[in-house]
Amino acid sequence: MLVINCPWCGPRDMEEFTYVGDGTLKRPEIGSEETDQKAWYEYTYIRDNPRGPHLEVWHHAAGCRQHVRVKRDTLTHEIHGCWPASGEMADTTEGETK
Amino acid sequence: MTRYSVFSVLKGGLTGQKNWTRAWRDPEPKKSYEAIIIGGGGHGLATAFYLAKNHGMTDIAVIEKGYLGSGNVGRNTTIVRSNYMLYDNAHFYEKSMELWEQLSHELNYNVMFSQRGILNLGHSDAQMDGMARRGNAMRLNGIDAELLTREEALKYVPMADRSENARFPIYGGLMQPRGGTARHDAVAWGFARAANNLGVDLLQHCEALDFVVEDNKIKGVVTSRGTIMADKIGLAVAGSTTTLTDKLGLKMPIETHLLQAMVSEPLKPWFDGVVTFGAGHFYLSQSDKGGLVFGGDLDGYNSYAQRGNLPMVNHVAQSGVALVPAIGRVRLLRHWAGVMDMSMDGSPIISKTPIEGLYLNAGWCYGGFKATPGSGWCFAETIANDAPDWRNQGMTLDRFERGHIIDEKGAGPIPGAH
Ligand SMILES: Cc1cc2nc3c(=O)[nH]c(=O)nc-3n(C[C@H](O)[C@H](O)[C@H](O)COP(=O)(O)OP(=O)(O)OC[C@H]3O[C@@H](n4cnc5c(N)ncnc54)[C@H](O)[C@@H]3O)c2cc1C
Ligand SMILES: [Zn+2]
Repeated sequence: MLVINCPWCGPRDMEEFTYVGDGTLKRPEIGSEETDQKAWYEYTYIRDNPRGPHLEVWHHAAGCRQHVRVKRDTLTHEIHGCWPASGEMADTTEGETK
Repeated sequence: MTRYSVFSVLKGGLTGQKNWTRAWRDPEPKKSYEAIIIGGGGHGLATAFYLAKNHGMTDIAVIEKGYLGSGNVGRNTTIVRSNYMLYDNAHFYEKSMELWEQLSHELNYNVMFSQRGILNLGHSDAQMDGMARRGNAMRLNGIDAELLTREEALKYVPMADRSENARFPIYGGLMQPRGGTARHDAVAWGFARAANNLGVDLLQHCEALDFVVEDNKIKGVVTSRGTIMADKIGLAVAGSTTTLTDKLGLKMPIETHLLQAMVSEPLKPWFDGVVTFGAGHFYLSQSDKGGLVFGGDLDGYNSYAQRGNLPMVNHVAQSGVALVPAIGRVRLLRHWAGVMDMSMDGSPIISKTPIEGLYLNAGWCYGGFKATPGSGWCFAETIANDAPDWRNQGMTLDRFERGHIIDEKGAGPIPGAH
């Protein structure tokens, strides 16, 4: 069982959350030179898929309905930290939960 | 190696079972091979077999980091079907089905392929319309499909909830009579033994760690048992695909997810088919040992752990009881998981790659067991001829960039949703 420490609600059972996916993706900006096909292709289809620490987004769907950024190990399922999905993140190497 | 037959069984019975020999050799790695297949799961072993059988390539090795069949091929729920709608999938899976129908003879190994039929249930008018559409598409592709009424469906799954109180009443279903199950371990062992008999080296406890690449041409693979050279290398490592393509600087439209399966305590013969619930993710069959084999959806998050969490077990059990209330009385014996190579459109990749001599077999999601013979056949074709068979022509790696995705469900680029 995963326990996700929601920055707004505190530690909650994974069943309250919906998995959104890779939290490192950056949507190409409309109107910038990034809007070429390659940038959109990579944003839509390409994933790093690490075997180890993974920065990902979960949605607290059955709770506060905020998005939470979680650093979780895909091999051990250990959770290293949880942050609000928007705005600046704390130092993710430290694994401290805000 | 002994050829298995009724006479070898009788002889064994009369001579204290002393006539059996090893099923395959345990050779030392050679310095080089004509071709190397990485991954000793169903697909890797089948590829080696068809390379040797169809293309006369016998100077080849399969390298496996654990023991043969330790991956998904030995963890799946053994369902075999070819009930696909889209052209690129339909003909590929139907080829696989044709190979299944002859496989035990072809391999001289009983893979216990049982064409008991597979029934997908529908629980609303809209779902039945969707099934009629799928069934028609299948029949146009020459694949067997029958649309069943409620009564016909209930005859096939007599234990399903037919009461007034059923949470999701059964409206009917789509049946593929030639679908069924096979003994998964036997498929790995049968392909391994048959490939070995044609001269293929099966190298176990030999992990691929890195590659030798020169001028964008593959030259060899660095393994835990030394560097082995080959001008043709095929990757068939299922959920571990990106750990190896990372070493080559290739980016993949793949996420690794875990899928669980469960088996109950053994029961007397009770259900002789395969049924899938249409109102939740649940499917059921009974193994020859008597256990009810069932599973459901992915746990839903990226994972390489080969073990799952209890919420999904609970969810699957709830769906199961909604469909067949009687299984609420049965105790769960074991549950386990495998790591799935979920592709971004839910369809597989059997393809050349940007690196010359390197071939990719991946993206099987949770449906790759039924594909095993077809995948081996087409991957062998692709490797031997440096060009795809017509049946895997659409299953390229670059289809995502070209926008030619093969999305059966129309679920979009969300790997967990396929
Ligand atoms: C619970 C569950 C239920 C399923 N149910 C069904 C079903 O009912 N019907 C169906 O059609 N499909 C089903 N599947 C999917 C199917 O099992 C897989 O898609 C298929 O087995 C994948 O191909 P494979 O057999 O070659 O994979 P695997 O058996 O996983 O083979 C890959 C091999 O590569 C090896 N490997 C990995 N990295 C390296 C390395 N670096 N060096 C050397 N070797 C390496 C692994 O050890 C492994 O043995 C299910 C899967 C699971 C987990
Ligand atoms: Zn919350």
